[in-house]
Amino acid sequence: MADLTVNVVSADEQVWSGQASMVVARTKEGEIGILAGHQPLLGILSAGEVRITAADGGRITANAEDGFISVENDTVTIAARAAALA
Amino acid sequence: MPAQVRVYRSRIRSAQTTKKITRAMELISASRIAKAQQRVAASLPYARAVTRAVSAVATYSNVDHILTRESENPRRAAIVIFSSDRGLAGAFNSNVLRKSEELAELLRGEGKEVVSYLVGRKAVGYYRFRRREYVQDWVGGTDNPDADTAHEIAEAVVGAFVKDTDEGGVDEIHIVYNRFVSMLTQTPEMLRLLPLEVVEGVEQPGESEVLPLYEFEPDSAEVLDALLPVYIESRIYAAMLESAASKHAATQRAMKAASDNADKLIREYTRLANNARQQEITQQISEIVGGADALSSS
Repeated sequence: MADLTVNVVSADEQVWSGQASMVVARTKEGEIGILAGHQPLLGILSAGEVRITAADGGRITANAEDGFISVENDTVTIAARAAALA
Repeated sequence: MPAQVRVYRSRIRSAQTTKKITRAMELISASRIAKAQQRVAASLPYARAVTRAVSAVATYSNVDHILTRESENPRRAAIVIFSSDRGLAGAFNSNVLRKSEELAELLRGEGKEVVSYLVGRKAVGYYRFRRREYVQDWVGGTDNPDADTAHEIAEAVVGAFVKDTDEGGVDEIHIVYNRFVSMLTQTPEMLRLLPLEVVEGVEQPGESEVLPLYEFEPDSAEVLDALLPVYIESRIYAAMLESAASKHAATQRAMKAASDNADKLIREYTRLANNARQQEITQQISEIVGGADALSSS
C-alpha cells in the first residue's frame, strides 16, 4: 500500500516530516485514523497526542494543541501553534 | 599652537571610541540577521499549511463567515504598526511610521475613523510624544518575536473586529510592517488583514480525478471558526519575524555607515593634526633662527 507523506509543523519550526503508513489523531469528534487513500479531510484537533506509525515501522508521538489536521492527496499536515515530539 | 594639536587629538580619540562601538554593533546585527532569517524560513511550513487549509475551506464550502464579510458601511479602521524597540537602525522606524501616516490619511479620506495598535517602543514613543491615543501596545519583544505575542495581538484585533462598530469595534484591520527584501533593501508594506481577501494555494487535483469532496470535522463552519483566527495569527507572526529581520539588516547598514564615517573623520583630523604639528615646528625653527641672527648681528 502507498505511504502517506506526513508533516508536523508548529508556528516556528517543522517538527517532523517523513513517510508513514498510519496517522492517528484526536479531533473534536473523537479519534481518527488515517491510511493512504483517505478522502480529503480538514479537522480541528483537540488537545492530545498524535500517533504516527512511520513507514519503517517506528512509532512517533507528538503533542499538538490548538491545531488542525489536513489530508489531501495522501499528504497529511498536522499544524499547531505549539507542537512538539513527545 | 599646541592647543590646536591637542583639540585635534581628542577629536581623533573620540571618533576612534565611537567607531569601536559602531563596529561592534554592526557585527552583532550581522550575526543576528542570519538567525532572524532562519526563523522566517522555519515559520514558512506552518504559514503554508494554514494558508492551504483556509483556502481549502474557502474553495470547497460556501460558508459565510464573519471574518470574511465586508462591512457595508465601514466607519472605523484599525492599523497595527510593527516598529522596533530600539533605534540606531537608519530610517527603519521612520519609514514604517510614515507609511502608517499615509495609510491613516487615506482611510480618513474614505470617511473612516482610525485607531492604532502599536508594536515596539519606537511607535509608542512616537505616539506619546505627539500625545496621540492608541488602543494597545506590545513592547519588549521585537528583536526576538515569539508566537505567544502574535497570538495575543491576533486575539486583540480579531476581538475588536468581531465587536459591533457602535460598541467600539472596528470594520477593517490593516497592518504596516517592514518587509525584508534583501540585506540592503527593506520596504515598508501595508496589508489589509481583515476582512480577509480570497486566498489561493490549494493543490489542484489531477485531470482524471473527481474534484475531492472535503470532509470537515466537526463541520465546515466550525472548522472555519477555528482556522481563521489561526490564519490571522500566522500572518501577524510572519510580519513580526520579517520586521525583526529587517530591523537587524537596517541596523547593520546604519552601523556600517557610521563606522565608515568615523574612519573618514579620523583620517581628516589626523591630516589636520599633522599639519598643525608641522606648523608649530616650522614656527619654532624660524624663531630660533631669527633669534640667532639677531644675536650674531649685534
